[in-house]
Amino acid sequence: MSGVVSVGFRGGALDIRDLTVGYGGEPVLHSVSFDLRPGEIVALLGANGAGKTTLLRAVARLVRVASGTIALDGADLGQVRTEDLARRGVALVPDGRSVVGELTVDENLRLAALWRHRGAARERAVNGIYEIFGSLARRRSSAGHQLSGGERQMLALGRALITEPTVLALDEPSLGLAPLIVAQVMGTLRETAASRGLTVLLAEQNVTSALSIADRGVVLNLGRVVADASAATLANDTHLRHAYLGF
Amino acid sequence: MDRLIFLLATGFARGAIFALFALSLVLIWRAARIVNFAQGAMALVATYAAFAVAGLTGSYWIGLAAGIITGAAMGLAVERGVMRFAPHDNPLSGVIVAIGLVMVLQSLLGIFFGQQHRPMSIPFDDSPIVVWGVPLLSPYDLFVLVVALAVMAGLSLLFTRTSLGLQLRASAFAPEVSRILGVRVTRMVTIGWMLSVAVAAFAAILLVPTELGLNPHSTDVLFLYAFTVAVVGGLDSTVGALVGGVIVGVTMTLVTGYLGATVAPIGVLVLLVAVLLMRPSGIFSMREVRSA
Repeated sequence: MSGVVSVGFRGGALDIRDLTVGYGGEPVLHSVSFDLRPGEIVALLGANGAGKTTLLRAVARLVRVASGTIALDGADLGQVRTEDLARRGVALVPDGRSVVGELTVDENLRLAALWRHRGAARERAVNGIYEIFGSLARRRSSAGHQLSGGERQMLALGRALITEPTVLALDEPSLGLAPLIVAQVMGTLRETAASRGLTVLLAEQNVTSALSIADRGVVLNLGRVVADASAATLANDTHLRHAYLGF
Repeated sequence: MDRLIFLLATGFARGAIFALFALSLVLIWRAARIVNFAQGAMALVATYAAFAVAGLTGSYWIGLAAGIITGAAMGLAVERGVMRFAPHDNPLSGVIVAIGLVMVLQSLLGIFFGQQHRPMSIPFDDSPIVVWGVPLLSPYDLFVLVVALAVMAGLSLLFTRTSLGLQLRASAFAPEVSRILGVRVTRMVTIGWMLSVAVAAFAAILLVPTELGLNPHSTDVLFLYAFTVAVVGGLDSTVGALVGGVIVGVTMTLVTGYLGATVAPIGVLVLLVAVLLMRPSGIFSMREVRSA
């Protein structure tokens, strides 16, 4: 769906193969494999402790990978440092609405835009984000820690988008948000992904919201992939929903 | 009254240096979350470099520049060569490494330069200027006050108006998020150390010639006062360093002037304890966080 409507951008292809990741020798992910096609939105689903966050942190090179590979457009990301990953086109929006609370909204956006845009182009990029998220424009001088939960999530998303990624990985963007705000964030994510042909990996516990915008879903349980199917198939699979998704 | 005015003026000048040195502690705290107990010893190495170069060239200014450059180089060497390898999971490890570094540096200075006091020249007269019969600051005090304030203003501009400053602040407050956004955080930490020790060196070079005298333990007292300033102002706060510097500088000078130099450290200690009891995180360390 979203891959079809691409305007000037192209999403990246992410291939995760036999990925095993652990903490202190204890594996959290066990030989996880799935891929994301360019322009596809994939919902990564599962209960608490399923390994969703660990998988996203592995993609961002924030945890050590014990074995397996993560490749972007066929190129192995194994030796790429976290700070270089953004330059390769992979943007992560971590959980906890990780805006830099001590910086203003404007500074958060400028920080993300630093290496991608220069001079007047940086101004245009920042203003472009304000056009997508109108409420942020009104709070551009507010410190990150003064924002509401929804505003923080929008800022985190805007900050990722300003880097013009080809793959966007989001960790629980709906966490702690009111249903109306969740719908707004998901709607913006869907529209932006579609207009940019962006590939999205969306880790969510809010299954209904995630599947409402996703093309496909991957379900993790105790660090293993237990289902990989279209969003419609997952939404209608009563057994799977009861067994792994809790609804 | 004349005496009070003189003491207040002198207190402001001293406070500016304490603030500058405290600012250097704030810079490292922000960059690496370490209270660098070796800051005084590192600044002292730079001061000896300034002393040696000024002696060789006959120029105070070339010595000053050499000292500041040596300070930055010390910051680079200590961060890259020592602190980077200190275990980060225990906050005490950095402190212990820093204390070890103090002993090593002071011993080396003693070996190379001896334990005796060395006279350091200053570029301006240090006799107070008398205005309408009231002794005020000396030309050197004025120089110190102006350059200390200029450095603080320059640092403020660096942090608020430049891309480098933005990256330094972001790396300090949210290193992981900064890395995700493409900021080279380890480089920012190194730059933070270099900047911090260069500032500390500058403060030491300004204060040592007139107040402390150059010997391998000259900056022990400076570190003590600057640490108090940082705690009083809030270890995270640059504004706190400035205001804390003035508070400690004036307190110290007033206590020295009215009760004697030996009582001054007690006065500063009382101030430190009072702040720790009433506001442990420092006067200016505050942040309102919206809960939802």
